[in-house]
Amino acid sequence: MSDILAPAKQLSAGLGRTATRRQSPRATPSRRRQAWVRRLPLVPALIYMIVVTQAPFVVTFWYSLRSWNLLEPGSNRFAGFNEYRIAFADPAFRAAAINTVEMTASAVIISMLLGTALAILVNRKFLGRSIVRTMLITPFLVMPVATALLFKTTIYDPIYGLLDFVLSPFGVHHVNWIGSFPMPSIVAVLVWEWAPFMMLIVLAGLQGESLEALEAARVDGANAYQMFVSITFPHLRRYIELGLLLGSIYIVQTFGEIYTITQGGPGTATTNLPYYLYEQAFNAFNIGTAAAAGVIVVIATEIVATFALRLLSSLFKASEVMS
Amino acid sequence: MAKGSDHRRRHKRGTREWALGNFWTAVTWVAAFVLFFPVLWMVLTSFKAEKAAYTSPPRIVFHPTLSEFSQVFSGGVGPPLEHSLFVTITSTVVVLVLAVPAAYSLSIRPVKRWSDALFFFLSTKMLPYVAAIVPIYIVARNLGLLDNDWELVILYTAMNLPIAVWMIRSFLLEVPKEVLEAARIDGANLWTEVTRVIMPIVVPGIAATALICVIFSWNEFFFAVNLTATKAGTMPVFLVGFIQSEGLYWARLAAASSIASLPVILAGWLAQKQLVRGLSLGALK
Repeated sequence: MSDILAPAKQLSAGLGRTATRRQSPRATPSRRRQAWVRRLPLVPALIYMIVVTQAPFVVTFWYSLRSWNLLEPGSNRFAGFNEYRIAFADPAFRAAAINTVEMTASAVIISMLLGTALAILVNRKFLGRSIVRTMLITPFLVMPVATALLFKTTIYDPIYGLLDFVLSPFGVHHVNWIGSFPMPSIVAVLVWEWAPFMMLIVLAGLQGESLEALEAARVDGANAYQMFVSITFPHLRRYIELGLLLGSIYIVQTFGEIYTITQGGPGTATTNLPYYLYEQAFNAFNIGTAAAAGVIVVIATEIVATFALRLLSSLFKASEVMS
Repeated sequence: MAKGSDHRRRHKRGTREWALGNFWTAVTWVAAFVLFFPVLWMVLTSFKAEKAAYTSPPRIVFHPTLSEFSQVFSGGVGPPLEHSLFVTITSTVVVLVLAVPAAYSLSIRPVKRWSDALFFFLSTKMLPYVAAIVPIYIVARNLGLLDNDWELVILYTAMNLPIAVWMIRSFLLEVPKEVLEAARIDGANLWTEVTRVIMPIVVPGIAATALICVIFSWNEFFFAVNLTATKAGTMPVFLVGFIQSEGLYWARLAAASSIASLPVILAGWLAQKQLVRGLSLGALK
C-alpha cells in the first residue's frame, strides 16, 4: 500500500496547500451541516459520559440537601444544608478527612521516593534489565484485593507472617502489625502497589533526557551528583509532578485495601473519606449525610484536579511540539 | 614514566567503575527480588497443602500440590470468573466503539473547541467514584439492575472511556499528515481513509488501549462490591467473599488470588511498553 501512496505523497508535499484551499469553497453552502458531520463521531461518547458521570453528581447534590435515611420511612425531606452541618460535626468525618490526607500524602511521597530510586537503578544498562523491569512492575498488576488479602494473612500475621520472620533477628516477636500500626500497615501496601507506577513515570522522564547535555557536563568535569542536581532533576521535575498528581488522584480513592485489611479500624484509625462514605451509605443508610460527604469530597478532589489538568495540558503541548 | 602512571591510573579507574557498576547491578537485583517476593510468595503458597502454609519459620521448600487449586475450582470460582470475563470484555468493546470515533474527531478532523471536549473527558476521570455511588445504587435498584452484569458494563465503560479517548487520540496524532492528504488527493473516501490508511497504523495502539482497559476493569472493586452479590459478583468480590465464608485458609486463598491476578499480570507484561502511556493518559511515550 505504501507503494501506491508514494507518488501521491510526493505530489501532496508540493500541492497540499492548494488542494485544501480548493476544497474549502465546496463546504461554504452548508457549513453548518458540515460542522455537525464533523461533530457526529464525538457525540455518542460525549453524551454517554455526560449521562453516566455528570448526572449522578447532580443527583448527589440534590440528595445532600435532604435528610434521608433508608431505614426511616418518611425521612426523605428537604433539609437545606443541614446534612453538611451533620457531616462536619461528626468526629468520624473529621477523622476520615485527616486520615485521607495523611494516607494519601504518605503513600504518594514514599512511593515517589522509592519509584525514583528504582527508576534510576533500572535506567542503567545491565544484565537482565528487562527481567528486573518486568519483576518491578508486577506489584502494580496484582489484583489490589488479592494484594490486600495476601498482606493481611501471609505477611502481617503475628505468628506465621513473613514480616515477623524476617524481622525476628532484630528482636521482633509476634507483633500484631495491623492492630498496633494500622496506618503504616495500609500505607505499606499502597506503597508496594504504587511505587512501580511512579517508577514507570520517572523512567519515561529519564529516557527522554538529552544525552548531549549530560555529555557536555561530563566533559566540563561535573561529577555524578552535580549532573543529577543541575541537569537530571530539573528535567525530571515535570514528570515527578505528574506522578505525584496522578498518584494522589488514584490513591485518594483507596477503598479495597481498607475494606479488606482493617475495615477502617481500629476505631476510625484507618477510615478515609471513601470508606466513611461507604459506611454512611451502606451500613447506616444515611443517604443525606453520605451525599453531603460526597459533595465535599468532589470539591476537594476538583482542587487537586485543576492543578493536574494544567500540568497535563502543558506536558501534552510539549510532547506535541516535540513530535 | 609519566605516561605509564597515567595509564595505570586510568586502568585503576576502569576497575573501580567496573566494580561500582557491578555493585549497583547487585543492588538493583536485590531490590527487584525483595519487591517481587510477595508475588512469588503468593504463587508458592498456592501450591502448598493447607498445613504447610502455616509454619513458623515460613517454608520455601515443600511438596507442591495442586489440591488447593482443585478446591478453588470446585468451590465455585467458575461463575465469578465468567462474570469478570463478560464484564471486562464487553465494556472494553463498548469503550473502543465509542472512543475511536471520538478520538478521530478530536485529532484528525478536529471539531471546533476540541480541547474543551478533550479536557471534559479527562475531568470525569478525576471525580471520586464514591461520591456517585449513592445515586447509582438507587437508580440501579429502581431499574432492577442491582447485581446485574450490565450495570458494571455501563460503569466500567464510563470509567475507561476517558483514558481510551486520550490514548487513541495520541496514537492518531502519529498518523503522518502527508499520508492522509495523499490518500484524499487520490480520491479516497472516508471509509477507505479509515480502513486502509489510518487503521493499519493505529491498530497496535488500539490493542494497547484495550489492554489498559482490561487491566482496570478486571481489578475494579468498589463498584463491584457495592452493586453486585451472588448473581453478578466478579473475581474481586469472590475473593473477599471467599475469605469471609471459608475462614482463613491461606493456601486456598493464595490459589484463588493467583487465578484472579494471572490474566492481568500477563496482559501487563505484554503491554509493558504501553503501560506508562496509558497510565499518563497518553502524555508520556
